[in-house]
Amino acid sequence: MIILQNLLVRAFYGIILLAAVLVLNFSMMHMAPGDVADTISQSMGGADKEILDQIRADYGLDRPFLVQLGSYIGNVLSFDLGFSYFYNRPVTELILQRLPATLLLVFTAQTLALIIGVVLGVISARRPNGLTSHFVTLLALFGYSAPVFWTGILLLIGFSLNVQWFPVAGMRDVTISGNFWVHFVDVARHLVLPVITLGSIFLALYSRLCRATMLEVLGSDYIRTAKAKGLHDRDVVYKHALKNSLSPVITLAGLQFSAVISGAVLVEAVFSWPGLGTLAFQSIIARDTPTILGILFFSALVVIVGNLLTDLILRLIDPRIGAK
Amino acid sequence: MNYIFKGLFTATALASMLATGAVADEPKKGGTLITVLGSNVRNLNSAVQSGIVTGFPGAQLFASPLRYDENWDPQPYLAESWDVSDDGLTVTLNLVKNAKFHDGTPITSEDVAFSVEVIKANHPFKSMFAPVDSVSTPDAHTAVLNLGRPHPALMLAMSGQLMSIIPKHIYGDGEITAVKTHARNNENVVGSGPFKLSEFKNGEHVILERFDDFFIEGRPYLDKIVMRIITDPAARAIAYENGELHMGAFESLPRIINRLKSVDSLTVTPEGYGAIGPLDWLAMNTQRGPLADVRVRKAIAYAVDKNFIHKALMQGTANDSRTGIHPDSPFYSGDVETYDLDIDKANALLDEAGYPMNGASRFSLTIDFGWPGVKPQVEYVKAALKKVGIDVQVRASADFPTWAKRMGEMDFDLSWDTVFNWGDPVIGVHRTYVSDNVGKGVWSNTQGYSNARVDELLAMAAVEKDGEKRKALYAEFQQIIADELPVYHTNTLPYHTVYNDKVGNPPLGIWGTSTPIDMTYLKD
Repeated sequence: MIILQNLLVRAFYGIILLAAVLVLNFSMMHMAPGDVADTISQSMGGADKEILDQIRADYGLDRPFLVQLGSYIGNVLSFDLGFSYFYNRPVTELILQRLPATLLLVFTAQTLALIIGVVLGVISARRPNGLTSHFVTLLALFGYSAPVFWTGILLLIGFSLNVQWFPVAGMRDVTISGNFWVHFVDVARHLVLPVITLGSIFLALYSRLCRATMLEVLGSDYIRTAKAKGLHDRDVVYKHALKNSLSPVITLAGLQFSAVISGAVLVEAVFSWPGLGTLAFQSIIARDTPTILGILFFSALVVIVGNLLTDLILRLIDPRIGAK
Repeated sequence: MNYIFKGLFTATALASMLATGAVADEPKKGGTLITVLGSNVRNLNSAVQSGIVTGFPGAQLFASPLRYDENWDPQPYLAESWDVSDDGLTVTLNLVKNAKFHDGTPITSEDVAFSVEVIKANHPFKSMFAPVDSVSTPDAHTAVLNLGRPHPALMLAMSGQLMSIIPKHIYGDGEITAVKTHARNNENVVGSGPFKLSEFKNGEHVILERFDDFFIEGRPYLDKIVMRIITDPAARAIAYENGELHMGAFESLPRIINRLKSVDSLTVTPEGYGAIGPLDWLAMNTQRGPLADVRVRKAIAYAVDKNFIHKALMQGTANDSRTGIHPDSPFYSGDVETYDLDIDKANALLDEAGYPMNGASRFSLTIDFGWPGVKPQVEYVKAALKKVGIDVQVRASADFPTWAKRMGEMDFDLSWDTVFNWGDPVIGVHRTYVSDNVGKGVWSNTQGYSNARVDELLAMAAVEKDGEKRKALYAEFQQIIADELPVYHTNTLPYHTVYNDKVGNPPLGIWGTSTPIDMTYLKD
């Protein structure tokens, strides 16, 4: 019952948040000088003023601000995210077409980073001054501080140019044909470098956090008690300590979902990954208001759902949270 | 510096050697050409969307009446022959008889008339077909364009991507102005060109397939063209180098061009951009403050060293440009004042204009720029003008629309700008200099320039049927604008086409990739 009530309250906040996201962003887009007609003109190598005025009229950009906002909110309420000015396609279609690529990239990177990060964290926490520990620290520092576009290009030069193991750009090679597995391997090959680039940031976060919490937990009284009971060292670390140090890591992983869009933009740009990040970036550049708002709407949804899921998982791992 | 020229020379020599080699080769049929678009495509229908990105797929999907050879002479394409009446008021196109759209429907004069109507109503370049009053269709394969005045620019406007023939039975189902947003501009496209649309995935790729019923027997040679969308120039460079891409155009970063030139398997050439005619220049608002005085504008030109821009900033990849017409155009005349670096002259001119040195400076100006790529040029102008006592403040714009609005409303002193010729000067050159186009949005006459003789010359050139007389009119025009400097022309934009040794007969004509590549093939 408490969970359900909690869920409802959160859903209510979510809707308010969503409305705020839409109104705020719509207003901000409107306040910026220039509009999508300018970027359309740019894509066409310049345009006669008459044509520009016609484009503005076609998209209703010549109407007063409140009328435009009202009609947009009205459309969203009827589950219509509208038409992209720049691409002349329904926004929902554009987003749904791009979403799978981004989800594939971010989920793979997140999952791998989480697993490897926790393993590295535990290993380095067991011997905090060992060689492995220093290596993990160095790796984390590097992964977190190296700019994504730099890591990306470096990986491309190394593994697409010097040794040609992985393709440079995109998500698939359209010239190959074959059964499901041929395509699976193809997408997997395209996925490797972007996942390493994006994953290295997450990996740094998770391994550092896991190491720190593990160290803290390993020094606590009940661990000493467990050791004093004569429990095997491995059991103490993996059954007692790890379980208790996981909740901060999972909370962080949940929060990172908000970075589904923002974190992937640069990686997608470097590897021409056909995902939501590139669409978001291009739409902002193009002042394509309906598309930007549509993407923000979707990412807000992802964050809200991601937070709910994190909450549920934490309850499963740590029963103390639900009890309060 | 010598080294750069040597490099250029070798590259050119290599290119011509390869070109001669290609002639000897017998074109091979079949294969998939993997090529690239540098930004996402907005619209595949080139009758309503111009621009270099749509130009490439657009010219494959849709045929135009004419095409051009490398000497700027018109060649038959969808029109097997054409005739311009002596008074220049009617242009008759005799269409190829066996031409079909991709859905099998014959291409008729009705479609030509419809296409002209659509282009007139939707295409951004109004001046292309403005003098065309009507198109009559005496029979299915004859289209007659009736003009209100002679319009020599029409010949170039009927080629490349500028006059795409689109099917009336597909796009004629609604309002004429609604073709801009027609659903079939991006899916189930029915075109008239050598390739048909197979798949368009926004942000990922455009895939075209050979159209078997194309009206030129035996063409195109390629079975398939994959146009991948890769927006990052560095990623494209790696993909050319490792062979993932066969060919690409519009590469403009000097660093990348020079790197690719050093790769053995690649040819990197500036050929193929004459008609598009991209020019970089320093725009000066002739209606604001000290810039209203032509002596100040000249002083600025003398103080800004073009040589430095060519060699240091463009690293030898760009050419000199002196007037509003691209050096590759037949209408170009380089016989004008060149403003070689002369600090003393600049100082003298500024003194004469009544702006004496007041401490370390004479007066201050702002300089704008619309995209990050030209920031070095802007910073250089600032440094160069400091030497003659003009204090320049760089005003960055958050993005293109912000800058476009400033330019359109003439809210600037100096600005870096890049403008294209788009074929005939009437289309892309006049707009910057005629006085009735002042302040009409970005890439209009944003400099507020007005000269009665220039207006007169351009009006005469627009209707002059005799090619030589037309050239003379444009020559005088170019002298005047080089003298009065509404813009200081610095260099051509260094667009380059890159292709590897598998590609035979790449599109290097005057329209570059904005032409059908039905003669391009892949070697074994």
